[in-house]
Amino acid sequence: MNQLLDPILVAVLLLNFVALGASQLRTVIHALALQGVLLGVTVVLAHSTVTVGVILMAVAAIALKGVVIPRMLFHAIREVVIRREVEPIIGFISSLLLGGVGTALAILFSKTLPIAHEHIGSLVVPASLSTVLTGFLILTTRAKAITQVVGYLVLENGIFIFGLLLVEAMPFLVELGVLLDLFVAIFIMGIIIHRISQEFSTVSTRKLSALKE
Amino acid sequence: MAWLLIVVPLLTAAAAAAVPSSRWRPWLVPLGGLAHLVLVGCALAGAPVSAFSGWLSLDPLGKLVLMFVSVLFFLCALYAPGYLALRADRPNRVFCACLLAMLAMMTLVILSHHLGLMWVGMEATTLATAPLLFFNHNPRSLEATWKYLLIGSVGIALALLGSFFLAYSSLHEGLESTLLFDDLVKLAPQLSRPWLHAAFVLLLVGYGTKMGLAPMHTWKPDAYGEAPGLVGALLAGGVTSCAFLAILRFYQICRAANETAFAREIMIFVGLLSMAVAAVFMVRQRDFKRMLAYSSVEHMGILVLGIGIGGLATFGALLHLLTNGVTKGVLFLSAGNIHRAYGSKLTDDVRGAIRRLPVSGSLFLAGFLAITGSPPGGPFISEFTILNGAIGEGKFVVAGLFLLLLAIVFVGMGATVLRVVQGTPSPQAAATTFQDRPQVVVPILVFLGLVLLLGVYLPPPLESMLREAAAFLEGGR
Repeated sequence: MNQLLDPILVAVLLLNFVALGASQLRTVIHALALQGVLLGVTVVLAHSTVTVGVILMAVAAIALKGVVIPRMLFHAIREVVIRREVEPIIGFISSLLLGGVGTALAILFSKTLPIAHEHIGSLVVPASLSTVLTGFLILTTRAKAITQVVGYLVLENGIFIFGLLLVEAMPFLVELGVLLDLFVAIFIMGIIIHRISQEFSTVSTRKLSALKE
Repeated sequence: MAWLLIVVPLLTAAAAAAVPSSRWRPWLVPLGGLAHLVLVGCALAGAPVSAFSGWLSLDPLGKLVLMFVSVLFFLCALYAPGYLALRADRPNRVFCACLLAMLAMMTLVILSHHLGLMWVGMEATTLATAPLLFFNHNPRSLEATWKYLLIGSVGIALALLGSFFLAYSSLHEGLESTLLFDDLVKLAPQLSRPWLHAAFVLLLVGYGTKMGLAPMHTWKPDAYGEAPGLVGALLAGGVTSCAFLAILRFYQICRAANETAFAREIMIFVGLLSMAVAAVFMVRQRDFKRMLAYSSVEHMGILVLGIGIGGLATFGALLHLLTNGVTKGVLFLSAGNIHRAYGSKLTDDVRGAIRRLPVSGSLFLAGFLAITGSPPGGPFISEFTILNGAIGEGKFVVAGLFLLLLAIVFVGMGATVLRVVQGTPSPQAAATTFQDRPQVVVPILVFLGLVLLLGVYLPPPLESMLREAAAFLEGGR
């Protein structure tokens, strides 16, 4: 594992807190974009030998997670004329506190899992688990459809970090398939957010409560 | 051969997207289904199917599920042109293309022996079905689609994390990390236990979300309630079967790793929980399509429970996969017809379905009797086999709870179904134009024929397929 990997993962963890604590939707999307770019860089660092395939993979990840998806999200908030605040269901301070507790738990939990000797001391597993937990937190505590998409993306980023340990097991084609699925998912979610805003003149999922027992 | 099974439906989907005529386009769906069925027949009869150095291959378990999904899709596809002709007001280009794309992606999931590729296929089925749920383009279907897409994607993301954990469990022991199913089964005894356990739980939660097991089932009533009956039948019989197959693959790895007891305990718990949750929500259910969704939650629970019990119940669970799927075909399609005729799916408005729609109403009643385990329907045999297996394995408490929950479901579901079929239809309902026509009734009759066939007589080729699949699942050490 490359020496530069850990500092980048620390930056990724800090961006999680930006995404949790920011009140402006734009800031959250910027944090997400930066996280995507950093993750693309980690792909190169995680490989011991850098081949054309690795570079291609990193470029695809940066393009999708750092540029295309954030642009789609910005487009969605411009298109839909809405208040640009995050609308959390719980307060920002509580979100940050829960995020801190989640990160601590992730670090403790990853200590109990047996780690291969070449990965001992590396931040990959705790960073991955705490990013997944942050994604869940954003998903469950934000009312706007678009912030739920952000939560899903953060969750997906956490899984992506874990994938760094398995660069040999995941063939290039499958990695690209995963990214393609992510892209199409965000695309369809974007269309639906657009419809939600047309239908209910809001993008809050609080209005999506007609279907229940 | 293997890739043809995936490419042919995809090409038909592209053709459906290209055809300009909305009247003729729906006929491409049964055409694609028929081509797929013929190819599956060749694949089952011919030499072992394998492609891309074992990434795609057809094992006995895959054969069973592939055959079933192909038949189910073809019968549902026969219903599609008649249904879409009734909904001529709605554009059907995306609908037809997505139906065929869904078939291609289900085939990909069934054939893949690479767990990463299987994940890609599974997520693609979620994406292909989302536009199908949104067919009605109203606020309610919008809400259902959003929940389905978000919950499904998050669940499936957890399954990806689980797949990664599984790959790491082999890397940790100094073995080469792999996601090829056959390699993982071979390496299973040496895999790192903590990672394997964590992986199984994540995978059961992840693919269990797609299958609709409690407590990850919350998208299901909304999605099945708002989707056209045809889509409900395909989701309840097809996509859920693929997710079940994915869970079975990981169960096999656990078995090969001598962790059968661990996997079984969790599966029995999740199975009984799903049945219990479904039973609670089915009592006094006013919406008959949501009732069918809870019935699907219940039967997914029965499938997982059967595998968790093991022994004879494994055979029962695999048979139940088929019997539940074809019975759900009867129920969802006939419920769709009733919904069309009344313009409502609440028991407050829908009364006297047997008088208003003699064929569809009777089929709905027959489907209800079959799904709740009345002889001579197919589910009776499969549920009885699972019960037999539970008693044979000495799991008397599980057997008792299984029977109790089945009884509660029978009463709860019966109350709703009888309200729908009995009585006299309201004047508004009698005034609508929908009538029982051959296009929308014959596929359901064929489904009912299959339900009865599976109940009274299991054709020897099918029985040997089931036995091979059960042996493949239970053996493989």
